[in-house]
Amino acid sequence: MLEAFILTVITAATPLMLAALGELVVERSGVLNLGVEGMMVMGAVAGFAVTISTGSPWLGVLAGAAAGLLTSLLFAVVTLTLVANQVASGLALTMFGLGLSGLIGESFVGQPGIKLQPANIPGLTDLPVVGRILFGQDALVYLSFVMIVVVSLFLFRSRAGLILRAVGDNHSSAHALGYSVIKVRYLAVMFGGAMAGLGGAYLSVAYTPLWVENMTAGRGWIALALVVFASWTPLRIFFGAYLFGAVTVLQFHAQALGIGFPSQFLSMLPYVATVVVLVAISGNRRATLFNTPACLGQSFVPDR
Amino acid sequence: MKKTVLLAGTALALAFGISTAEAAKLKACWVYTGPIGDFGYSYQHDQGRLAVEKELGDKVETAYVENVAEGPDAERVFERFAREGCGIVFGTSFGFMDAELKVAKKFPKVKFEHATGYKSAPNMGLYNARFYEGRYILGQIAAKESKAGVAGYIVSFPIPEVVMGINAFMLGAQSVNPNFKAKIVWVNSWFDPGKEADAAKALFDQGADIIVQHTDSTAAIQVAEERGLKGFGQSSDMAKFAPKAQLTAIVDNWGPHYIKSVKAVLDGTWKPGDAWEGIKDGTVHMADFANMSDDTKKLAEATEAKIVAGWNPFTGPIADQDGKERYAAGVVAPDKDLLGMNWYVKGVDDKLPQ
Repeated sequence: MLEAFILTVITAATPLMLAALGELVVERSGVLNLGVEGMMVMGAVAGFAVTISTGSPWLGVLAGAAAGLLTSLLFAVVTLTLVANQVASGLALTMFGLGLSGLIGESFVGQPGIKLQPANIPGLTDLPVVGRILFGQDALVYLSFVMIVVVSLFLFRSRAGLILRAVGDNHSSAHALGYSVIKVRYLAVMFGGAMAGLGGAYLSVAYTPLWVENMTAGRGWIALALVVFASWTPLRIFFGAYLFGAVTVLQFHAQALGIGFPSQFLSMLPYVATVVVLVAISGNRRATLFNTPACLGQSFVPDR
Repeated sequence: MKKTVLLAGTALALAFGISTAEAAKLKACWVYTGPIGDFGYSYQHDQGRLAVEKELGDKVETAYVENVAEGPDAERVFERFAREGCGIVFGTSFGFMDAELKVAKKFPKVKFEHATGYKSAPNMGLYNARFYEGRYILGQIAAKESKAGVAGYIVSFPIPEVVMGINAFMLGAQSVNPNFKAKIVWVNSWFDPGKEADAAKALFDQGADIIVQHTDSTAAIQVAEERGLKGFGQSSDMAKFAPKAQLTAIVDNWGPHYIKSVKAVLDGTWKPGDAWEGIKDGTVHMADFANMSDDTKKLAEATEAKIVAGWNPFTGPIADQDGKERYAAGVVAPDKDLLGMNWYVKGVDDKLPQ
């Protein structure tokens, strides 16, 4: 029972974790991209389309990442090169993504997809209890964990990560030191796009192998909330994503067990958790200042 | 916001595109609440529109606007259709009711039909489908085929249509196995494949071996397929998604009704009706009975025949959850009661969210 529960939580948490990790890097560079939902849904449609056209879920996953990246590039050009407002552009990107994915996906509606198969290591996957949890997941689940480590090491243990954080905390100083603020932000936004695309492709290739318009159903927004919930640290993204996933799945179990608890209240819990964390971190001023990118959402125009 | 953008775009396209329509042809127009790519509710209405095109060929011309928000936006869409020479306009969602009625009063020469609502006018008729007839059959199949004696039931929102479905399902199941149980899970969404899949997994993990859904995506039945268990399709025939798991599906088949209405307008015999059509009329269509024993199949077919012959699954004796008798033996629940149903029949193991 516990095993089954954990297995379900993993699939619910993985798309959130992938998209939120990408957005975390974007926000650490000082850019607020509210278009996660749009990039995710583009990843989902591209992943699905390429999977059933080529028969390879792997190519589908790659296509999902590529589609997310291309969509984010549009946002990058508008906000970084043309210096448009990031909030408005991000919202527009979400609407754009939802509309365009519906158009692209029209002929794929009602076709069964091909599922990305989970790993099967003889001997290990069959182990009782932990076998399927540890050794029976699909590649994207493992990738999501690897990315937590990679992003952590990159941000806090590498020179490039230091530059990225400097750009996010004080773009004028970073610029004065000779770093290209715009270039760093372009790369960060593209990384965020690719990760959101992966999260979307996970939905249409691994989670529920099907395509329908709007299939992300708000997960991009949850990923955005997660970044704040995690107060911009990768490890907490992991906790947040699994907490959100666990609460969602738990409420279904509670209902099926006939525990007379209003389902609407349980659906609300993840968001309550975000508000509580926001209150908690804003109470601790030093921690807030330490982790929040100071230039978040501010446009940068080089003075020369 | 997205809906508004799409809407504005479509409205603009219509404004330029349709002014050249030939006067001789009848123009039939549809307003959908969702995208036609939902492979569910709006998709099936659009299949109905395509059936009209196929059947009546060049006697008609059709148009539609998808993704129309329920509210003031809808009024604009109905008004535009009315001005652009549509002979008949179909509003396919409950929430269009007031907007459509307002426009219908303004354009008395244009004919309107509204799905699943209850307000009408001299030029606005009603139509709906008796999906509960199909749900009764699902209940019988589930009770026959389930080894555990427990079905998982995924539902969206506690509106009468959904409650009526749960009740019909339970009545059908209890007619086969009086101790049959259904575990009910509300996902608070018509449409979220991820959540629907998670809910299905939770229900299977808790011992259900058949899944029933009143949500729109194919996610739940795909989980059933993966686990080697069984389930029912919703709105569309989902056999392609779950060839080994789908027992049958309740298919919304609006084509026959739309063809009938459009033909009536062409012949000049259209009257504002109050059509609540079911299996008999072809509006509710049962997909092939598959993956079940011959015995079950026979029972399902017999019940289908009985319903076609005029029997109503909501025929007493029917008691509610508290054991109070709602309909005495032989009494058929009036349609008005069904359309406002807000109580569970005996044996449902859930508290109705209020």
